[in-house]
Amino acid sequence: MKFGVVTFPGSNCDEDAVHAVVDALGAEAVRLWHKDHDLKGADVIILPGGFSYGDHLRPGAIARFSPIMREVIDHARKGYPVLGICNGFQILCEAGVLPGTLLRNERLKFICRKVTLSVENADTLFTSQYERGQLLRIPIAHGDGRYTIDPEGLEKLHDRGQIVFRFADVNPNGAMDNIAGLVNEAGNVLGMMPHPERAVDPLLGSTDGLPLFQSLLARVGA
Amino acid sequence: MTQYRVAIHIVPRRGILDPQGKAVADALHALGFSVVTDVHVGKHIVIELDAESPEKAEHAARSMCDRLLANPVTEDYEIASIEPLYAESRQ
Repeated sequence: MKFGVVTFPGSNCDEDAVHAVVDALGAEAVRLWHKDHDLKGADVIILPGGFSYGDHLRPGAIARFSPIMREVIDHARKGYPVLGICNGFQILCEAGVLPGTLLRNERLKFICRKVTLSVENADTLFTSQYERGQLLRIPIAHGDGRYTIDPEGLEKLHDRGQIVFRFADVNPNGAMDNIAGLVNEAGNVLGMMPHPERAVDPLLGSTDGLPLFQSLLARVGA
Repeated sequence: MTQYRVAIHIVPRRGILDPQGKAVADALHALGFSVVTDVHVGKHIVIELDAESPEKAEHAARSMCDRLLANPVTEDYEIASIEPLYAESRQ
């Protein structure tokens, strides 16, 4: 199986994602450019973190109209896995692939530090190698991570088990209901603000992100 | 076709936490503007475009807001003004 990592102008975690897939997971990765019109045979698409198009207008608002996004949205609609990390999460929300949106952090500051997450749903494509309730140490680095959705939408997320990760100790950005990551209704698209690709190597202080990639390999690669 | 200048106001929807508006309100209070009861910080976008009529210019601007300029989940927009740019109008 192959991972496809998309680079938009302003992406800055694309190499980290490739590193996580190739060096930490031992899987194959193909680099995709935002102007590409095909996914080059990738099974899992990763939209990486960064500041696509300088975050102009709203984070992700312009990137969602990149040529590659037509293919990514189609891939997601067909039920294939898509992982959006940080800016990738913002892009998926802007594209309407995931519900809700990500607003400026409550305290208006960019926050870059390691946080504790709880695994709320271990029965997804992305989390089968974790256990429900498991606590993870994974870094965040964002200025616009305050997950926001209308009350009916929030209730649906609860009812359908779509909330996958929550901030477990402190809520760093004011996200509704401490939401750090969620899947779409079909469960094949995950968006998360924390950076699992930065937590795959003991040298960087945590390997808690690695099981996320291993989960994909176990379920999709089989 | 006439060239029009369309001004658009985009504001955070009421009821959604607006920390920027709150920070500005707090600063205004600190400066002694105790009359301030609420502040919302949004965006002001000015677009120049060619259209057959002001109605068509507005229609186009609304379509731009729906598709890109405003986030339907958290923002409201209004067309603040539509002015023909006579000096620059073209046949």
